[in-house]
Amino acid sequence: MKMTKKMREALTGYALVSPWIVGFILFMAYPIYYSTYLSFHKVTISADGIVTEYIKGDNYKYAFLSDPEFVEKLLLFIKTAIGMIPIIIVFSMLVALLINQPIRMKGLFRAVFFLPVVITSGEVINELFSQGATAMPLVEKYGIIEIIKDNLSPAWSSPIISLIQQLILILWFSGVQILIFLAGLQKVNRQVYEAASIDGASPWVSFWKVTLPAIKPFIAVNMIYTTVDLFTNSFSDVITLIKDNMFNLTTGFGYATALAWIYFGVIFVFLMLILLLFRNNEDVNVRPRRRRA
Amino acid sequence: MEPTAKLQKVKLHQSLLQKTMLLAIYNRIKRIAFGRQGNDGLVFKLFVYALLISVGFIYLYPILYLVSQSFKSLNDLLDPTVLWIPQKLYLENFVQAWHVLNYMDTFWNSVLNSVVPAIGQTVSCAVVGYGLAKFRFPGKSIIFGLMMITFIVPSQVVMIPLYLMFNDYHMLGSSLPFIVPTIFGQGIKGVLFILIYMQFFRTIPTSLEEAAQMDGAGFIRTFFTVILPISTPAIVVVMLFSTVWHWNETYLTSLYLGDSMTTLPLMLKTFNDSFSRLYGGGAAVGGKHQNINESIRMAGTLLIVLPLLILYLFAQKRFVEVVDKTGITGE
Repeated sequence: MKMTKKMREALTGYALVSPWIVGFILFMAYPIYYSTYLSFHKVTISADGIVTEYIKGDNYKYAFLSDPEFVEKLLLFIKTAIGMIPIIIVFSMLVALLINQPIRMKGLFRAVFFLPVVITSGEVINELFSQGATAMPLVEKYGIIEIIKDNLSPAWSSPIISLIQQLILILWFSGVQILIFLAGLQKVNRQVYEAASIDGASPWVSFWKVTLPAIKPFIAVNMIYTTVDLFTNSFSDVITLIKDNMFNLTTGFGYATALAWIYFGVIFVFLMLILLLFRNNEDVNVRPRRRRA
Repeated sequence: MEPTAKLQKVKLHQSLLQKTMLLAIYNRIKRIAFGRQGNDGLVFKLFVYALLISVGFIYLYPILYLVSQSFKSLNDLLDPTVLWIPQKLYLENFVQAWHVLNYMDTFWNSVLNSVVPAIGQTVSCAVVGYGLAKFRFPGKSIIFGLMMITFIVPSQVVMIPLYLMFNDYHMLGSSLPFIVPTIFGQGIKGVLFILIYMQFFRTIPTSLEEAAQMDGAGFIRTFFTVILPISTPAIVVVMLFSTVWHWNETYLTSLYLGDSMTTLPLMLKTFNDSFSRLYGGGAAVGGKHQNINESIRMAGTLLIVLPLLILYLFAQKRFVEVVDKTGITGE
């Protein structure tokens, strides 16, 4: 009787999860397999349908060695991402700390900082950017950009300049992160702060000694979220390039999938680095989300 | 001699009194200004407010710019003395942008492409989340692993095979490529929604379901009559986010829809062309030839984000509660 109940529970569980599994096979597993397959082929579309021709790793070779744009755009994007992630993390933590203070109109400020998450789409962002609505007026005025241009090699100055020019947009990517940090801050025990202040710790010290260690797992979560969000956003030049190559007659679907796989490789490396960064402390759980699993 | 000494003594006394009073006042002010613990003083509070307001202003700057710019007539636009507030409320930009966007048709297309998939995700992710939250079965950790894969693999990797697949089933050019995956709990950020539901269902005490089962209700019936009615917060959150994210999706939308259907955010790309078709090139409405200016584009952009702004205005609390209530961060 007990056994049958357990089995029934398992069966019901499978039944409930099965739509997702079917969906995963149809819309994820099979496409992943097929796109791996395509990335090693030259794909041409003829009247009878799709013709594939096995060309080994030529697509990948072409991407790194011959493509005039891809490597350059990918590197630029990686550099921009390296610049953006710390900015987003620090900024969202700062805003979360400010909102977490005993102030009035908390809800209003939270709402303001979350607004961009709701209204931004790739096209709207591009539009705002091209109209110059996203550049901070002060930055232009004081010639900061010229200073950077003069003092750094073009390989590094161009990503930094683009960071500055898009600063507001970058900050716009912080909405979800701010909420996650806020949730984290609210979970820090108030009594620890009291104890710290009785021991003579200034707010500055207790931020470094109490707050920061307590929200370290949330920093990890936010870094992972930010990475995935940045790379899958239509903000990126690389994904535009992938789509352009799809309908390009000389390159086609095969080459575009190869580019997509390289792109995924970069994301994967980023995530691994983040995990490594947060693995040093064994008392910190790297991925709180998975703990319940 | 004596009276002067006395006077001096009184003076000394007075100055001492004054000093202590001053000190007391000074301490009082100091306490009000800087607080006892360093973060409850007036100066600190002012500092926090100033910082929040200025950062908030920078944050809203693009939107304020958008609003201000969209109300400017050509004269205001060219006049360098007009910075933020136009000389008069000029609504012609919106009228033109409305026509260029073909607003009502495009709006309903957008609704079709966002609300219907959102309903699909709201339902299917709830079922899957329930299965994961409340039932024990072997292989669950494998499913979580697969979910992580779905979360980090960018859509670019799978979009070409999917494009070919949808092409085979003649779904391209309609909303079906967005609706069908959502029925299976996939689609844009589907995993995130499953996790939201899962975390929420876990907070519901098991005794509630046991009570329902005592009364003879099966698993399915328990789900519909006991679990779902108390899960409104999670349902609303998933519905809102799914709608908004589908609405804002342009990369896949332009790929799957092609030319046969267009959504509001997509119209921005072709805004200039549509404008010159309507108003430019001699044979325009009323014979008036007109060039596009950035105010009209800005009015168009504002019209495109307007439905979302209105939605956010009403459901703002729900959006922001997502992390608190559902514990995305999942400790």
